[in-house]
Amino acid sequence: MTGRGLVVVLPYLWLMLFFVVPFVIVLKISFSDIDLAIPPYKPLLEWVGKNSLAIKINFNNYAFLFTDHLYVNALLNSIKVAFISTVLCLFIGYPMAYGIARAKPKTRNILLLLVILPFWTSLLLRVYAWIGLLKGNGVINNVLLWLGLIHEPLTMLFTPFAMYIGIVYSYLPFFILPLYSNLEKMDWQLLEAAEDLGCRPWQAFYKITLPLSRNGILAGSMLVFIPAVGEFVIPALLGGPNALMIGRVLWDEFFSNRAWPVASAVAILLLILLVPFMMWYQSVQTRESAGAR
Amino acid sequence: MNHRSSYFILSCLGLGFAFLYIPILSMVVFSFNASKLVTVWDSANSPTLKWYYALLDNEEILDAAWISLKVAVINASGSVILGTLAGFGLARFRQFRGRFTLNAMVTAPLVMPEVITGLSLLLLFVALEQLIGWPAGRGITTMTIGHMTFSMAYVTVIVNSRLATFDTSLEEAAMDLGARPLKVFFVITLPIIFPAILSGWLLAFTLSWDDLVISSFTSGPGSSTLPMVVFSKVRLGVSPEINVLATLTIMVVTTMIVGVSLWMARAAKLDKAAA
Repeated sequence: MTGRGLVVVLPYLWLMLFFVVPFVIVLKISFSDIDLAIPPYKPLLEWVGKNSLAIKINFNNYAFLFTDHLYVNALLNSIKVAFISTVLCLFIGYPMAYGIARAKPKTRNILLLLVILPFWTSLLLRVYAWIGLLKGNGVINNVLLWLGLIHEPLTMLFTPFAMYIGIVYSYLPFFILPLYSNLEKMDWQLLEAAEDLGCRPWQAFYKITLPLSRNGILAGSMLVFIPAVGEFVIPALLGGPNALMIGRVLWDEFFSNRAWPVASAVAILLLILLVPFMMWYQSVQTRESAGAR
Repeated sequence: MNHRSSYFILSCLGLGFAFLYIPILSMVVFSFNASKLVTVWDSANSPTLKWYYALLDNEEILDAAWISLKVAVINASGSVILGTLAGFGLARFRQFRGRFTLNAMVTAPLVMPEVITGLSLLLLFVALEQLIGWPAGRGITTMTIGHMTFSMAYVTVIVNSRLATFDTSLEEAAMDLGARPLKVFFVITLPIIFPAILSGWLLAFTLSWDDLVISSFTSGPGSSTLPMVVFSKVRLGVSPEINVLATLTIMVVTTMIVGVSLWMARAAKLDKAAA
């Protein structure tokens, strides 16, 4: 083996064994029967008699996913929630990334640090903080009551509203950072040229900045959308018992119902849905880093 | 920028940062609140440190923190080795067999929903145990393997992007002067990318320290990590001790990040002065 091969072989094998092979096993188990045993599924391959091996593939788990509306509804709802959250991140994150990219170098570093800091602080604890803010006798209600703006506490915790806040709040840095690193490379003289030629600032933004930052927007959107579709922690803590998200359904099938084959089928379904987006993300990344060089 | 649009951008930045920081600040403030109601300020007895003492007496949390610490340190060290190798390979070798696959395998864990990764890792461990008897049961080892699998992807990205921006002429000069590739790596490349490796280590540590989902799937009896304990407590409602835990976390993270960025800014300045 060459020296080059030696460098990459270790990470390569590691990811093959612990990232790729597991998906093959998930696929396999999604075709097995549920069994009341440990582990709770029946083998796919079985020796029948002495010399014959029988393969039992059953599609019941998948059929079950499509007959019970719970799963399809959860999947559709997850896509909707992830999509709306991504759009919200775009509206909140774009002006922020733009502002940071146009700040003076010294201020820029401080602002960037302020975006990164929450990302390093436990997601779980930051989601927990919103429980304290949103609940019935929480901070927001107490402030609004004290100001006399409301006379009864608002119900905010365990609503879709709380879930959206949680997702946008947690994923906002993931949107801002790739967009910022795209905008940072922008040639701002183009904007001045456009204004000299009679463009109004908003027109210049719409015709120049926005198209040029397309890859940054796409990368940020994928970093929000893809993980948000399968999000578990935020709907579990802020969304209340009715927040139907596919990540949560998978979790409950696995931990509460011990239905490992059904959970596997859910995972495969989710994966089939997300793989095109992941490939899109990778091609955007490749284009971005090619542009940087 | 003209004045009107800069006011617009400024207010967006202000509101955006308020959105990001109000929840964090509220946890810090209420960690000093004496009331058990947590979010209702008891002005007669506050501020107080009583929940800080309560946290230090909470064996469940301390035990879990110890397990989390062990997993996080091993994970960060392993991820740095694997991630540096992968990042170096991807940045320096333009063409090798499996480059595309490796690139895809380090990008996917960054966006893969954790429930999928967690479930698939657990099923792998169960299958392996049936097949070859290893790993016998689940616990710290299986959790660490799970964490390394996604943490190394982050380290790869950091190392790769650092290598992409640095001047290869230094490496080439060393080679011209007769240094062997391994020596070039340790004498030239490693010192230059050291800040990236350090931030990779810290990031891998934090990712592991904070992880709930993959830990829940891959842990066994008696190996609950800190996030797992926090999650089960938080599900029952707010608790003053969690506010204390959050405040301590924020303090440590802030000190660390500010320290590292100051150190890196200084190193960059020295770099410039030397050049």
